[in-house]
Amino acid sequence: MSLTDIMNITLMQGFAGLSLFSVLLLMGLGLAIIFGQMGVINMAHGEFMTIGAYTIYMFSSLTETFLPGFASMYFPFAIVAAFCIAFAFGWFIEWALIRHLYKRPLDTLLATWGLSLAMQQTFRSTFGAREVSPTLPDWLLGSWAPAEGLDIPINGLFVLALTALVTGGVLLALYRSRWGLRVRATVANRPMANATGINTSRTDRLTFAIGCGIAGIAGAAFTTIGSTGPTSGSLYIVDAFLVVTFGGAGSLLGTVASAFGIAQTQSIAEFFMTGSMAKVLTLMMIVTILMLRPQGLFASKIRR
Amino acid sequence: MDSIKSWLARSGMGSVLILALIIVVVFPLTMDLFRLNLVGKYLTYAFVAVGLVMLWGYGGVLSLGQGVFFGLGGYMMAMFMKLEASDPETTKIQSTPGIPDFMDWNQITELPLWWEPFRHLPLALLAVLLIPTLLAFIISFAMFRRRVGGVYFAIITQAVCLILTVLIVGQQGYTGGVNGITDLKTILGWDTRTDEAKYILYFLNAGLLIAAILLCRWIQLSKLGTLLLAMRDKEDRVRFSGYDVSMFKVFAFCLAAMLSAIGGAMFVLQVGFMSPSLVGIVPSIEMVIFAAVGGRMSLVGAVYGALLVNFGKTYFSESFPDLWLFLMAALFIGVVLAFPNGLAGLYESHVKPRLGKRKDKPAAGTDSTPSSDVPPATPLHSGAPHGGKPLARTALPDGVQGTSA
Repeated sequence: MSLTDIMNITLMQGFAGLSLFSVLLLMGLGLAIIFGQMGVINMAHGEFMTIGAYTIYMFSSLTETFLPGFASMYFPFAIVAAFCIAFAFGWFIEWALIRHLYKRPLDTLLATWGLSLAMQQTFRSTFGAREVSPTLPDWLLGSWAPAEGLDIPINGLFVLALTALVTGGVLLALYRSRWGLRVRATVANRPMANATGINTSRTDRLTFAIGCGIAGIAGAAFTTIGSTGPTSGSLYIVDAFLVVTFGGAGSLLGTVASAFGIAQTQSIAEFFMTGSMAKVLTLMMIVTILMLRPQGLFASKIRR
Repeated sequence: MDSIKSWLARSGMGSVLILALIIVVVFPLTMDLFRLNLVGKYLTYAFVAVGLVMLWGYGGVLSLGQGVFFGLGGYMMAMFMKLEASDPETTKIQSTPGIPDFMDWNQITELPLWWEPFRHLPLALLAVLLIPTLLAFIISFAMFRRRVGGVYFAIITQAVCLILTVLIVGQQGYTGGVNGITDLKTILGWDTRTDEAKYILYFLNAGLLIAAILLCRWIQLSKLGTLLLAMRDKEDRVRFSGYDVSMFKVFAFCLAAMLSAIGGAMFVLQVGFMSPSLVGIVPSIEMVIFAAVGGRMSLVGAVYGALLVNFGKTYFSESFPDLWLFLMAALFIGVVLAFPNGLAGLYESHVKPRLGKRKDKPAAGTDSTPSSDVPPATPLHSGAPHGGKPLARTALPDGVQGTSA
């Protein structure tokens, strides 16, 4: 094995880590808004991701049956739809369930866990227990070979770009828009935000729905990497929570950094040992670090 | 008589007596061995639920990782029994006789060193009690010392749960993998699969559970219990009064862990296997719902909660597998939104006031129905947690009255 081979393997392994990083980050971003900003423990977050994934699948099969000529174009629209459906459902759930429980965070955990069970069963009875994958458009398949022996899958690149776009959008929205201002004001001091005329309950609902919408996009990204089953979302929920806590709740940059760290640690470790041991090692490291430094990598300046 | 009555009322012993009566006398008399064994299995979950009442209801700390301790306790018991079941004589067809069969299948030729202590029953029993408690101590000491909030603690315990599950499944050669440890037969030559052994184990389990409830009740009535409650409600005030808040939380967590481990060990003795499906995140959260349904503040309620939910689960997942998850979801959401204090809360708010009124009338409360018949019948016939609730609700007070009068 020559030196360039080793370089190429390192690069490709690193890129595999980047794909995991994208999904984790997209999951984590939605959760960072819901959990980090609002303090709601949404155990059904993974199922919102699954909603997004199934939306893509539905779009894919619908275009195949009714608009075969449209097959190469449907993907961007499907992503938008994934966001919208998850957003709408999140809006409804906040109204029906979450808003009654803001003062009891641990109870939200149980209620949303119940919600996730119901959603999983709904997926199972609607789409069947088998895992499904959408037909990806041609331009997402194949790989890009910038050098001899180096293959970068295009779907990975696409997901990475999508993640960068969403992350940038969220950062921009949170720090440069009126909505972001209202969210930050509500998080910092709810009564005071109310007093200045911010409709905090409306802000909460919008925030929760946007978090869920981003989970929907995460689901869309997920379909390009793996196949979707009723319980796909629950595989990522613990990781997503760890990403947010590890990065420091309330800090979006921390979420990005920790998603990167966790994904890279895991994919590099996977090169040396079995997948499950790599996972154990990664989780152990996170838990140990969190025990020593509970506020996470980037502590938020808000006292809670 | 009056002093006994007031003691019963003050200490809540009346309800414990009723429970003891139901699980020690009524269940064995009314059920066949198969059902009784099933109840015994559910009662091992009740250990976890009782621990959660102390930890969550009293301490205000929610752990989503009780499956870890249940699993550890169970696995260590199973390791002992597995070693006994795989003596060189019975395993002579293996390429390496004398080691558990799953090790042989995974090309392991020597018993790993950390399995060695489990050849001896006293060491194994000690490990069942101490190792989960020690792990709980390490986790909770590290976290509560740094004043980690409840939400973070819940997430970390969940991560620990995931770690243990992935580890067990991944290290098939050492742990039996997904299948777990199966084919457990004897303890020191005593066959646990005979009918007689099943009865003995059921009563042992019931006795231990009652003892655990009494221990927890004693803690609740002591100063420690008051401090736990105070800490749950106003942590800072307790801290400013000069108490070391974190150590009380650590204590509650260790207690809950030890109870769960005992439950796990009893599970293995009665059911005869242990697998990662009892360790993971899903069972751990289900164990929380047992405590929540029964009432997170009520030790006795936790046992009823565990029984009801599990009977419901068995009945519904057999008859309507598609509906079961929806029902479970409704249970989670309903308990949280509508009945945060569970069955015990319903009893306190709806039944007890009426009971008090009835007691004022001289003629009332004489011929209450034999209370004991109703609760076991409830889960069996109506099955549904929802259908079961009202019945159990009305059944409990009668029973309480019956003993106190």
